[in-house]
Amino acid sequence: MNTSPDARRPPAIAVTGMTKSFGDKLVLDGIDLTVPEGTIFALLGPNGAGKTTAVQILSTLLPADGGDIRVAGHDLAAQPDAVRAAIGVTGQFSAVDNLLTGEENLRLMTDLHHLGRAAGRQRAAALLRQFGLQDAAGKMAATYSGGMRRRLDLAMTLTGDPKLIFLDEPTTGLDPRSRRTMWEIIRTLAAAGVTIFLTTQYLDEADQLADRIAVLDRGHIVVAGTPDELKRQIPGGHVELEFASFDDLAAAAGLVTAMSRDDEALTLQVPGDGSLEALRGLIDTLDAANVAVAKLSIHTPDLDDVFFAVTGEPDPQNPQNPQNPQKAA
Amino acid sequence: MTSLNHAVADSATMLRRNLRHMQRYPTLTGLVLGMPVVFLLIFVYVFGGTLGAGLGHPAGGRAAYLGFVTPGILVLTIVAAAQATAVTVAMDMTTGIIARFRTMSIARVSVLTGHVLGSMIQSLLGVAVVIGLAFAIGFRSAASPLGWLAAIGLLALTALALTWLTVAMGLAAKSVETASNTPMFLLLLPFLGSGFVPTSSLPAGLRWFAEYQPFTPVTTAVRQLLEGGAVGDNAVIAIAWGAGVTLGAYLWARHVYTTRPLPVR
Repeated sequence: MNTSPDARRPPAIAVTGMTKSFGDKLVLDGIDLTVPEGTIFALLGPNGAGKTTAVQILSTLLPADGGDIRVAGHDLAAQPDAVRAAIGVTGQFSAVDNLLTGEENLRLMTDLHHLGRAAGRQRAAALLRQFGLQDAAGKMAATYSGGMRRRLDLAMTLTGDPKLIFLDEPTTGLDPRSRRTMWEIIRTLAAAGVTIFLTTQYLDEADQLADRIAVLDRGHIVVAGTPDELKRQIPGGHVELEFASFDDLAAAAGLVTAMSRDDEALTLQVPGDGSLEALRGLIDTLDAANVAVAKLSIHTPDLDDVFFAVTGEPDPQNPQNPQNPQKAA
Repeated sequence: MTSLNHAVADSATMLRRNLRHMQRYPTLTGLVLGMPVVFLLIFVYVFGGTLGAGLGHPAGGRAAYLGFVTPGILVLTIVAAAQATAVTVAMDMTTGIIARFRTMSIARVSVLTGHVLGSMIQSLLGVAVVIGLAFAIGFRSAASPLGWLAAIGLLALTALALTWLTVAMGLAAKSVETASNTPMFLLLLPFLGSGFVPTSSLPAGLRWFAEYQPFTPVTTAVRQLLEGGAVGDNAVIAIAWGAGVTLGAYLWARHVYTTRPLPVR
C-alpha cells in the first residue's frame, strides 16, 4: 500500500487542534492529523502518550475538549451517530462476549446491524471462515486463545462493513505467529480500500503496515511522515569499517572524519547514508592511502532510532508524563 | 418510526444476549430463585408458629402467618432479582464489549433495556416459584382472576422500578463489589415495613418510617388483593411510587450510561 494519497478524495479523518484533559492533566495538546481514504495510518507512541485517548475521541467514545474533528466526512461533535455508522473499532481490551460462542458473538453483531436472519447467518459463516474460526464457532469465547479472540474481535468489527477501522494496539500480547496473521488481515483489508487507523508501540509494526506514521509523545505529535521520510530525518546512518591491525585503524582515522572509534574492536564508524557514491568515495580514499579494510557494514537508521530521537529521555524536570488516566485507574 | 423499530429490535437482541448469559451462568439465577424459597420455608416453619399467634387470627398460628408473609416474600424475591441485576450490569461494564456497543450506531439505551427485561423475566420467574411453593405448603387465596392479575401487575411494576434503580446503581458503581453492596439496603426495606409483621406492632419511630416507605403500600396492596379484599389507596400509592422510581431511575441510568468513562481493567 504505497500508493500516494489521492488529493481529490475527502480525507477519512481530518483533525485540527484536538485537545483533551482529564482534570488538570493535559493528555492531548492540540493534535493535527489527516488520514487520506484507503490508507493505513499508524499512531506511534510510548505508554501513556495519549494514543488510546485519541482513538476513543475519534471513535465517539469520549468528547474532545476542543478542536475541529471530521471523521468519515461527518462532524464528530454534531453527528456522532453518522460517524458510528461508518466506523468499526477494535479496542485494546477484547470486546467479545465471553459467555457467547464465536458464532453467537457474530450473530449478535449481524442482529445489531439489522441484517435479517438468513443474511446474518451467511455473514457470520463467511466471517468465521475468513478468520479461520469455523472449528471454534460453537465454543464459548472464554475458551479462545489470545490470537483467536483478537481475530473474533476484528471479525465482529467487520460485520457492518465499516469504511474506516480503528485498531488500538491490535497485536499487543500476541505471539509472533498470531501477530503475522493479524498483519496479513490488516493488509488484506487495506487492499480492499478500507482506511485503517492503528495505534501501536511496536515500531516494526508501524514500519511493516503503515503508509504514514505520526509519533505521539506527551500529548504532542512530535514527528509525522512516511516510514522512509521519518528514517531520513534522523541522523544515525553510518558505515562501520573493521580493520585487521591497529596501524590500519590509525591510518584510516587520519584520512576520514569518524563518528566514533573503537581501538579494542579495531572499528571506525563513519557517518553516511550508505549511498553508492558515498561508499565509493570512502573506499577510494582508503585505497589511495593503501589502507586495508577487513570488513565493511552499512547501518541505516530504523524506526527505533527515530522513536528514541524524537521521544527522548524522560525529562527529570517534568516527570509527570501525561498518563491516560483510564489506564492508570 | 424506523428509529423506534430499531430501538425495539436492538432491545430484543440485547434481551436474547442476557437470556443466554443466564443460561450459561445459571448460578446467579439459582441464587435469585433459591433465596426467597429458603426465606419462605424459614419464616413459615421456624418463625411462623410464634409470629402467627401474634396476628390474632382465628385460623391460628402457622397457616395464618403463611397467608400474611407470602406477599412479603414476593416483594423480597423482586428485590433479590434486582440486586443481582446491579452485579450483572457492573460486570458487563468492566468488559470491552460495552465500548464496542457504544461505538456502534445502535439504539443506545437498548443495552440497558436488555438488562431490565432479562431481570424482569428472572423476577417474575421467582414470583411464580414462590407462589407455587406457597400453594404447595398450604397457601390459599380468595382472589378473583382479576385480583391475581392486579397483584402480579403491581409486582411487575415494582420489579420494573427496582430493576431500573439497580441498573443505574450497577452503572454508577466503581467496581463489581460496590455494585453488589450498594443495593443491600433495598433487601432490608421489606423487613422494615409491612412484609413480615403488621406495622401496628412496631415501636413508634419505626412504625412511622414503615408506614411511609414505598415497600409498605406495595406489600399491603398485594396482600389485600390476594386476600380478595378491598385495596383502598395502597394500590394508588404503590403505583405512584413505582412509576416515579421507574422514571427517575431510568433517567439516572441513561445519563450514567452515556456519560460514564469507559471501563478499564
